[in-house]
Amino acid sequence: MIRVLDPGPQTTIQDLGRAGHLREGIPPSGPVDVRAFVIANRLVGNPDGAAGLECTVMGPRFTVEQVCAIAVTGGEAAVTVNEATAPQWATLVLKPGDTVRVGSARHGVRLYVALSGGIDVPRVLGSRATYLRGRLGGLDGRALRRGDTLRLAPHTGPRRPRRLAAAEIPVLEAEPEIRVVLGPQAERFTEDGLHAFLSSPYAMLPQSDRMGARLHGARVAHAKGHDIISDGIALGSVQVPGDGQPIVLLVDRQSTGGYTKVATVGSFDIGRVGQVKPGQRLRFRAVDVAEAHRLRSEFERSLAQAAGGGVSR
Amino acid sequence: MALCVELGDEISVEVNTRVRALEYLIQQKALTGVAETVPTFRSLLVYYDPAQIGYDALCAALGALAERADTAVLPPARLVELPCCYDPEMGPDLVAAAERLQMTPDELVRAHSGAEYLVYFVGFTPGLPYMAGVPERIQLPRLTTPRVKVPPGSAGLGGAQFCIYSVESPGGYWLLGRTPVRLYDPEAAEPTLLRAGDRVRMRPIDRAEFDSIAASVAQRAYAPVIA
Repeated sequence: MIRVLDPGPQTTIQDLGRAGHLREGIPPSGPVDVRAFVIANRLVGNPDGAAGLECTVMGPRFTVEQVCAIAVTGGEAAVTVNEATAPQWATLVLKPGDTVRVGSARHGVRLYVALSGGIDVPRVLGSRATYLRGRLGGLDGRALRRGDTLRLAPHTGPRRPRRLAAAEIPVLEAEPEIRVVLGPQAERFTEDGLHAFLSSPYAMLPQSDRMGARLHGARVAHAKGHDIISDGIALGSVQVPGDGQPIVLLVDRQSTGGYTKVATVGSFDIGRVGQVKPGQRLRFRAVDVAEAHRLRSEFERSLAQAAGGGVSR
Repeated sequence: MALCVELGDEISVEVNTRVRALEYLIQQKALTGVAETVPTFRSLLVYYDPAQIGYDALCAALGALAERADTAVLPPARLVELPCCYDPEMGPDLVAAAERLQMTPDELVRAHSGAEYLVYFVGFTPGLPYMAGVPERIQLPRLTTPRVKVPPGSAGLGGAQFCIYSVESPGGYWLLGRTPVRLYDPEAAEPTLLRAGDRVRMRPIDRAEFDSIAASVAQRAYAPVIA
């Protein structure tokens, strides 16, 4: 059992998400930064999809009431166990009464806490992921509150404490280059607008959330109107409303929408978008579909090997 | 990874029927590598796994299915009857809409509840149906200033479309009434009620019946009539 002393601004239970319900308007949810989430699970000997915590900007403070292992990954933050500094990207073995504090992210936005066994909440539509706007999944469809208690499922995986190799810890660079495939409505923008999109930096706005990353920078100008007949919105769709400012749609996105979409961010770069802090900038680079597929399989291959590979479910 | 199949460039029952038929054919065929589909007015978003099917092979397979995608392949649609209270308190735009259409509120209610609607697709928010079938004589352009908050269950008219808000959200449609039935209930085994392709009818109810149905809905003791 875990007792939440201080939840942090927005800490939710997530697993790898709820597939198959976008046609009902229900997004997949799940972690924004899948790589960091999966590695955290592997470090505590969990299956990749075990339910853990996603924290935004700042982590929680909690006490454990049983022997367990945890790992904190994602953005860079101070982690302490009973006030003593503890490493990120490493297995931390805890005993009953230990108090963990995950501080503010110095770099990055999303922090992940995996707990051995995984958090035991009921599956809703096949998943434990929290969808806040729909009040679905996780802990009664909401973020954690002070005083919440979380039960852990029995832990059956390996128990050897590990630390991720330094080379595998992501560098959260100042201005990441995010790879996109242009379309499906790229032809609705002016040449100058497309040029601006691919050549100038865009700053993350503070109103960004799990639904979408709102950016601010050079106007991505439309050639013939910003409205289309509403159609489906993919993970990473870059929607551009009338103000010419791009929005990258993320894991809690609306399933459909009526704004033009200039491009789609490859799934392999979604986690990197999600770690860009408000005020920090990113750049877009166009790749073709074949290159995007190559980058995706490279991402999957590298993830399959990260932290010593996955544990069977 | 996802690709978007466009089957037309207009909002019409014909084009949307082809979209739904294409989705149905993909489901029937259990097309390898297709993870999830999202039908909309005139396009189908297809999520796929490039490790299982290449882009060109998927385009070819979808192209072949699209040729066969028409009404004939679809199974019979469900008919869902939803009670709707057209009380001005529930439908704050009823009187103004009737005035603008140069009819009485009663005539507007009769016209709206006399029509049968088709769910083009469900989306934007969980369980929200975008529907066709608004009689021409009651079509109105959307409100010039959208409301910041529309309560769930509100029945709204906007142009040739009819929608029922599924969660509290902003909205620019004329609100004629409200159904006590939940189109989205996160605690139900099946959280969303309506599906693309459903036919929908609204049954006028008074305030007393609204309250009584709302009470059974709250106790999860109410099931709408589905034929």
